Amino acid sequence: MKGIFEGFPEDSVSPFERLQKRGVSRRDFMKFCTAMAAVLALPETFAGKIAEAIEKAKKPSLVWLEFQDCAGNTEALLRATKPTIGEIVLDILSVDYHETIMAPAGKQAEKSLDDVVNNQKGKYIAVVEGSIPLKDNGVYCCIGGRSAIEIAKRVCGNAMATIAVGTCATYGGLPAAKPNPTGAVSVKEAVPGITLLNLPGCPVNAENITATVVHFLTFGSLPAADSLGRPLFAYGERIHDHCERRAHYDAGQFVRQWGDEGHRKGWCLYEMGCKGPETFKNCPAVKYNEGTSWPVQAGHGCIGCSQPNFWDDMSPFYRRLPKVPGFGIETTADKIGAGVAAVAAAGVAAHRIARAIQGKGKEEDK
Amino acid sequence: MQNKIYVWEVPVRLTHWLNFICLLVLSFTGIYISSPFITAISSEQYIMGWMRFIHFVTAYVFVVNLVIRMYWSFSGNKYATWRSLFPFSNEQITKLFRQMSFYALISRKPPHEIGHTPLAGIVYSLLLVLCGFSVLTGFALYSLSNHGGIMDLMFGWVFSIFTIPVTRLIHHLIMWLLLYFAILHVYIVLFLNSVEKNGILGSIFDGYKFVETEKTK
Repeated sequence: MKGIFEGFPEDSVSPFERLQKRGVSRRDFMKFCTAMAAVLALPETFAGKIAEAIEKAKKPSLVWLEFQDCAGNTEALLRATKPTIGEIVLDILSVDYHETIMAPAGKQAEKSLDDVVNNQKGKYIAVVEGSIPLKDNGVYCCIGGRSAIEIAKRVCGNAMATIAVGTCATYGGLPAAKPNPTGAVSVKEAVPGITLLNLPGCPVNAENITATVVHFLTFGSLPAADSLGRPLFAYGERIHDHCERRAHYDAGQFVRQWGDEGHRKGWCLYEMGCKGPETFKNCPAVKYNEGTSWPVQAGHGCIGCSQPNFWDDMSPFYRRLPKVPGFGIETTADKIGAGVAAVAAAGVAAHRIARAIQGKGKEEDK
Repeated sequence: MQNKIYVWEVPVRLTHWLNFICLLVLSFTGIYISSPFITAISSEQYIMGWMRFIHFVTAYVFVVNLVIRMYWSFSGNKYATWRSLFPFSNEQITKLFRQMSFYALISRKPPHEIGHTPLAGIVYSLLLVLCGFSVLTGFALYSLSNHGGIMDLMFGWVFSIFTIPVTRLIHHLIMWLLLYFAILHVYIVLFLNSVEKNGILGSIFDGYKFVETEKTK
């Protein structure tokens, strides 16, 4: 097989041929297309269309920008014991700029970014990982002498579409958590008005990136999104409603303490502060690391990492309800509730006693 | 000489007791939902499932009951009227302060009132607002299980004001406020019943209060 492609410029070879070159059988390829149809919540008959689209796909350019991030989303995408088909399909895209994995460095690296923006205006896909600091003219994140906001405006503003991956790029994430010292914001806030899709998560599930790209290759557009700009195929349903431990929740079987009998038996983590009931994502279905596991399967509650401002709004992570502001740090709503009830009861009793004393006085008046 | 006056009509008493039952059931199931204090012995059980089901059904009953009571406040007798929720005439404000000084044990006699006192009117206005918030946050939380459904379209906007955990906290804290109200309500009724001797306690069962003849004129 390999010999056939020798001597051809790479762009004249179809993506499927390139997949074959890398040892992907037709059967594996069709299995992948069917799985992608399932992730995108399409009927299985769409597998054929997806296969056709991927086979015919032109090689669109993709630039991957990293700002205030931990490269966790890059890690989630790259981490695999063996190269996955999804990874190879992403390879169909011509990744012209990606700080973590690209070969060029310094001026050469920046040149490849400039080339894409200048030569392929409105034709390339921009992926953004990490939040963008706005405070003090954006000095807190600079690459090659340019601030993140400057780069984002130029690169995302000229892209055909922008995909924000990870919670930092979609909502500001950890850098934007209180007190947000760098004035970090999301891509949507930094560059308003662009064609944007949000894929939050800390990190995002690689399958959702792949499915978004496959959707783009198949239909030529970004998938349908909700009011927060998240694709409905991945963020349309609550974790709690598809959780593998849901039956234990409905039955009334809860983990009360780490390592107790319920924890060992895999009961519901609701009492341990699991934020599955507050979080919209398809984690229970696609999981992480090639479907190996995900937090709840591993015995830890969901912390709502794909919800806006999760670090501030979903904490405390190990309690059901947030703390009541203005009271002691350890005071929970129920302690306050019971306390006020006791005060009310004491008030009632005091009133009763005072009245009795007053009544006594009344009799004496007579 | 005492006169027997028909104060609370059947719909008023009925909605009152339905409210009582709803508050008890909603609080009990609500506390279980927020902090499940019973653990199932076997997976065959459906404790949380039933608690939530009962909570949701009772919530619907509570809302319908509120609507019926609101309707009756426009078509019932003069003691059931919505007007008592806004006791802001000069006479009512005077009564309000006299009532407060009576409860504070400063004065010995409460001002005369057959229906709701102005103070009760204000408390019930606040209570209605609280119930409104409880219903709003409750349905918003209920809508989470059907993203994009009709409940989401009607109440999903709540989450653009409060985050989901804060909405849960508000819903939870309102329950406590309603329970404090219940404690004070029962105490005040028992207190007035023993002081005024006007049959206020019995009136919520049979609808009649006793008023001295000269006062009815």
